[in-house]
Amino acid sequence: MEILNYAFMQRALLAAVLVGITAPAIGIYLVQRRQALMGDGIGHVAMTGVGLGFLLSWSPVWMATLVSVLGAVLMELIRWYGKTRGDIALAMLFYGGMAGGVMFINLAPTGSNANLTSYLFGSLSTVSESDVTAICALAAFVVLVTLGLRRQLFAVSQDEEFARVTGLPVRALNLLTAVTAAVTVTVAMRVVGLLLVSALMVVPVAAAQQLSRSFAATFAIAVAIGVTVTIGGTVTSYYQDVPPGATIVLLTIGAFVLLTALATPLARRRARAAAAARPAADPAECTIPASRGAADEVGV
Amino acid sequence: MSEPVISMRGVRAELGSRPVLRGIDLTVHRGEVVALLGANGSGKSTAVRSIIGQVPVAAGEIELFGTERRRFRDWARVGYVPQRTTAAGGVPATVTEVVSSGRLARARFGMLRRADHEAVRRALDLVGMADRAKDAVGALSGGQHQRVLIARALASEPELLIMDEPMAGVDLASQEVLAETLREQVGQGASVLLVLHELGPLEPLIDRAVVLRDGCVLHDGPPPKAVGQHALPGHDHVHPHAAHEAEPLRTGLLS
Repeated sequence: MEILNYAFMQRALLAAVLVGITAPAIGIYLVQRRQALMGDGIGHVAMTGVGLGFLLSWSPVWMATLVSVLGAVLMELIRWYGKTRGDIALAMLFYGGMAGGVMFINLAPTGSNANLTSYLFGSLSTVSESDVTAICALAAFVVLVTLGLRRQLFAVSQDEEFARVTGLPVRALNLLTAVTAAVTVTVAMRVVGLLLVSALMVVPVAAAQQLSRSFAATFAIAVAIGVTVTIGGTVTSYYQDVPPGATIVLLTIGAFVLLTALATPLARRRARAAAAARPAADPAECTIPASRGAADEVGV
Repeated sequence: MSEPVISMRGVRAELGSRPVLRGIDLTVHRGEVVALLGANGSGKSTAVRSIIGQVPVAAGEIELFGTERRRFRDWARVGYVPQRTTAAGGVPATVTEVVSSGRLARARFGMLRRADHEAVRRALDLVGMADRAKDAVGALSGGQHQRVLIARALASEPELLIMDEPMAGVDLASQEVLAETLREQVGQGASVLLVLHELGPLEPLIDRAVVLRDGCVLHDGPPPKAVGQHALPGHDHVHPHAAHEAEPLRTGLLS
């Protein structure tokens, strides 16, 4: 394993594993809420953070975290108060974020579009030691939230109206979900890049759903897929000299196609088992009962 | 009459700029079963959703168990069954997972102990779904799904049940199970507020009916006698519902 002899590859692999865990872990709640593309929107907004980081000679990772958290909170607020034109407001936020990033990085003395590209599509060799420290701290936060509050986040993402009646702080949990998604985007930024990060939040979850019937199993399988493809993609990009972000995303989609193909016979077998378990009193064919039952005698 | 568990006085609410509730008075006393009736668009669901705080109230007062709604924190005493269409997540979940979320009101920091898991199992037993505990909710029929949502509301062992159209789109066998479940809860002293389209198999349970029309209370008293088509035995009023299984991933940034 000569690959582990290089310090930059050790850092890249550590970052890749953390991305493989965190992106599906928060992504599952976004998919459950039917906000699958939220991560993509946050990724656009984070570009302004990267640009500002270069302009102010700050750490682009921390600056991107700050700006994308603000952007995610703003998106949540638009969702609460936004009426019919909410989608337009979100579009302005996304594309404003992207334009801001390009503008700031070109104004920065040390910045260029080449720097920006490494953030947009990911780059292993540029993951610095301070990046790894930041990624570890942020990933710990994401894991703490997505596992520690899994029952609360599940309830709010499944049925917001019901969650309110169980006394859960629905707005605070929604905000926390948005902030956690924003933090995950910046964790993944260095490895898969801002434009591809959303794929790692959504596709492993979609792939896991092909096999699972429960939320817990979907969570576990999605994280397993995430870690497998991020390690696989990172190693491949080292040996074949291909961009890591694109490799990881293509591997993820490959996993989805593979699992979908495997799941079709599985679903058929389950349906057969369910049909066999059904009592004989529940015939598959259409038959008219000889006499209608007590359930029909409704009090008038 | 004992103290009210729900008390609404002069409640007004607007959706957009359209007034939906125009000064509603509604009281549910302890142990009472009250049906909220009315045509589509009369404000039934909005009235219920204003009680749980899902719809902002423009004027008037709402109290739960004698506490102003805004200050009410004891949500474990309230079991809520929303309209079925609101509860479909984009990720598969088992019956047990969905019903367990109803127990969160009683669980500290979201940690479920053994007693909590037992309460979840009891709730599933009550609606006759214990044998489907490990199945995905997406694979259930409309009636079975409704039974799961009622089990979720019962999981916190509430004193007050609020149900929004529990019989809509539910097959006769499930309607019978639901009526029986409700009868048991009422027998144990639960208070119930039901939004209904028509009285149907629940009629013998209902103490009082409140009829809404255009956001105003039209009738508050004994349940009205069913007439016409609705009075026929075996009349099975089925409403179309959006398919909730096998939906594609949606962006839903605004939902």
